[in-house]
Amino acid sequence: MIVLRDVTKNFGHVGDSPALDGVSLTVPADTTHVLLGGSGSGKSTLLRLVLGLVEPDAGEIAVDGVTVGPATRAVIQRRIGYVVQEGALYPHLSAARNVGLPARARGWPAAAIDARVGELARIVDFRRPLLDRYPAELSGGQRQRVSLMRALVLDPPVLLLDEPLGALDPITRTELQGELVRMFRELHKTVLLVTHDVREAFVFGTSITLLEAGRVVQQGTFADLARRPATPLVTEFLKAQAPPPAMAEYF
Amino acid sequence: MPGARVAAVLAVGLLLVAAVAAAAEGPVVRVGCKSFTESYLLAELIAQVVEQTGEARVERKFGLGGTGIVYTALASGELDVYPEYTGTIARLILKDPALTTLPAIRSRVAERGLVVSQPLGFDNAYALAVARATATRLGLRALSDLRGHRELTAAFDPGFLDRDDGWPGLRQHYGLEFRDVRIMEHALAYRALASGRIDVITAFTTDGQLARQDVAVLADDRKFFPDYAAVLLARRSLVDRLPRTWAALERRLAGRLDNATMARLNAEVDLDGRGFAAVAASFLGSAGGLDSADGRGPLESGRERRSMLARELPALTLQHLVLVAVSLAVAMAVGLPLGILAARRRRLGQLELMGVGVLQTIPALALLSFMIPLFGIGRVPALVALCLYALLPIVRNTYAGLVSLDPQLVDMAAVIGLDGWKRLGWVELPLASVTILAGIKTSAVLTVGTATLAAFIGGGGYGTLIITGLALNDATTILTGAVPAALMALAVHGLFEVLDRLAVPRGLRIRARPAR
Repeated sequence: MIVLRDVTKNFGHVGDSPALDGVSLTVPADTTHVLLGGSGSGKSTLLRLVLGLVEPDAGEIAVDGVTVGPATRAVIQRRIGYVVQEGALYPHLSAARNVGLPARARGWPAAAIDARVGELARIVDFRRPLLDRYPAELSGGQRQRVSLMRALVLDPPVLLLDEPLGALDPITRTELQGELVRMFRELHKTVLLVTHDVREAFVFGTSITLLEAGRVVQQGTFADLARRPATPLVTEFLKAQAPPPAMAEYF
Repeated sequence: MPGARVAAVLAVGLLLVAAVAAAAEGPVVRVGCKSFTESYLLAELIAQVVEQTGEARVERKFGLGGTGIVYTALASGELDVYPEYTGTIARLILKDPALTTLPAIRSRVAERGLVVSQPLGFDNAYALAVARATATRLGLRALSDLRGHRELTAAFDPGFLDRDDGWPGLRQHYGLEFRDVRIMEHALAYRALASGRIDVITAFTTDGQLARQDVAVLADDRKFFPDYAAVLLARRSLVDRLPRTWAALERRLAGRLDNATMARLNAEVDLDGRGFAAVAASFLGSAGGLDSADGRGPLESGRERRSMLARELPALTLQHLVLVAVSLAVAMAVGLPLGILAARRRRLGQLELMGVGVLQTIPALALLSFMIPLFGIGRVPALVALCLYALLPIVRNTYAGLVSLDPQLVDMAAVIGLDGWKRLGWVELPLASVTILAGIKTSAVLTVGTATLAAFIGGGGYGTLIITGLALNDATTILTGAVPAALMALAVHGLFEVLDRLAVPRGLRIRARPAR
């Protein structure tokens, strides 16, 4: 479970509005929560706060009951798998070495790492021969699968995904979306997923938080946001990405 | 029986070491000189006399870069003897121009544990010279005859223009005025005089050209120029240790070399292209020495001198390689940790980068001469100076490589549990390896060039040839040192291209595909 209470973060540039302004949010265990918002809305900052990479100016964050802070950062990070848009794979390591890195950092024996990497390749449907390739030799979709495997290698209860499919072509993206939804359910992960893509929010979101300029505009299910928008901005945001009516006829 | 073979190899090795050690034992006289023809010649004369006396062997540390370096080497015990001039001892070493007599100079250097020999016989003073035709046409015999000849043009060497015993003093002393005074290197000035483009030039009274060319030296009739009588400057300990050798030096060199003789010897090297050793040997032979000319023919030509230099090339190449390799290895061992530290502690890092940067701004020759009081002369101080010079590109590129890493990759390292050393060794250094290697490569190529300066403090290497060539004003000799140095720089560059392939992780050498 992830809980944020009145979290404010200001990066201290004079005249800027805060990156996050009094944000509260609860992600119950075993559910997927989508942070929806445009660029600059503060979505990525929120994930970095949960990871302890930056510290809040006010408010409190807790992961599975442990308050995030310098003293608990290592414990928290151990419980979280993290995936970012471009994958953040290490270019000098093969796919298998990238996946195994968190386990290697914790001193797992090589055989145990190999076994775990093989198991994950099956779970995320990654062809084994590709494991020996370097990130530059993989397609964007393959790279994100590797990144996901790395996030899962220690079997953390929580996953933080920052636009994980943002850099992929539409077909690969749609394909991976379906797989991820199934995987999160089967693996019982608590997921906080950041996206600007309304369709993606619809596919993933048990519940959704719409952020705008660091503030929560509305929280609820997709149906709540669509049917009972808190402000006209919500409708505007959802509509902006809907297919034009003339196009919808073709589907 | 491999055991026996190993034992035999070890025994032979030990014997060799013992033999080398034995050869290195016994008294030794370390002879130095500055990097101009006359100094080389005198030092070679000293060395040959010492060798012929047979009391000690000789170590030649020739071509040291100037009075400051060679004197410091003598004072700190790295040299036993070198040729010097009384005027230089008084003005530059004792810094007391009022010391004009030999006894006065002797008593002052005695306080420093040094002795001065009897004068060798010639005086290498500044003088003004004109073409013989000009002298005849204008009736010029002495410096005071130049007064009133404002139509003349003069070319002086750079040093002469700002020394107080140079042009400023001379002009006042004799009341001289010329139409045009320009700066010109010594050797070029003689050519300009011969072609008639210049009327008056600075000369040294023992210049080889004075023995050959149609040049008239004007007498210093109102005694302006201080005495630059040639002497041997030696450590007291040399005289005490090897009295017979010192006596031989006094007997065979003091009073034997008058201005004309020295000018002739200089001319044989500078103008005829003969080797120092050969010229020195034939002089000692003809000057009533006990030995003949040491088997070296009097007709040794410039070509022979060059072939002799070519024979030294393998040894000089090895010396140069050792200078580069050792200084680069140490610079890497020190520079990488410094670069890492700078990247970790940014504020300390700025100070550190400034410090290393300042080192780089010290002129190489100055840095080399700072090393002498600390490490003497020879290879060690040269290595220390080269290390300091090699440091900047390594430290700066290590720092730059580490601070410019993709922040997402750095964050990710923290999130996946890589702490301190693991993060550095597994992720940060490999990712920065291209930049770091580029720094090391820059450093290596620069060091090949800078190492040519090592010869100024007796560090050996290709610079030995370059300095000798500069002293002789002989482009071929300079190129004999400069071309191999350039080739070595190219080879080092090539070597690092290969190292890049080995040291940069494969994944970094593959061009990334666009995300699909």
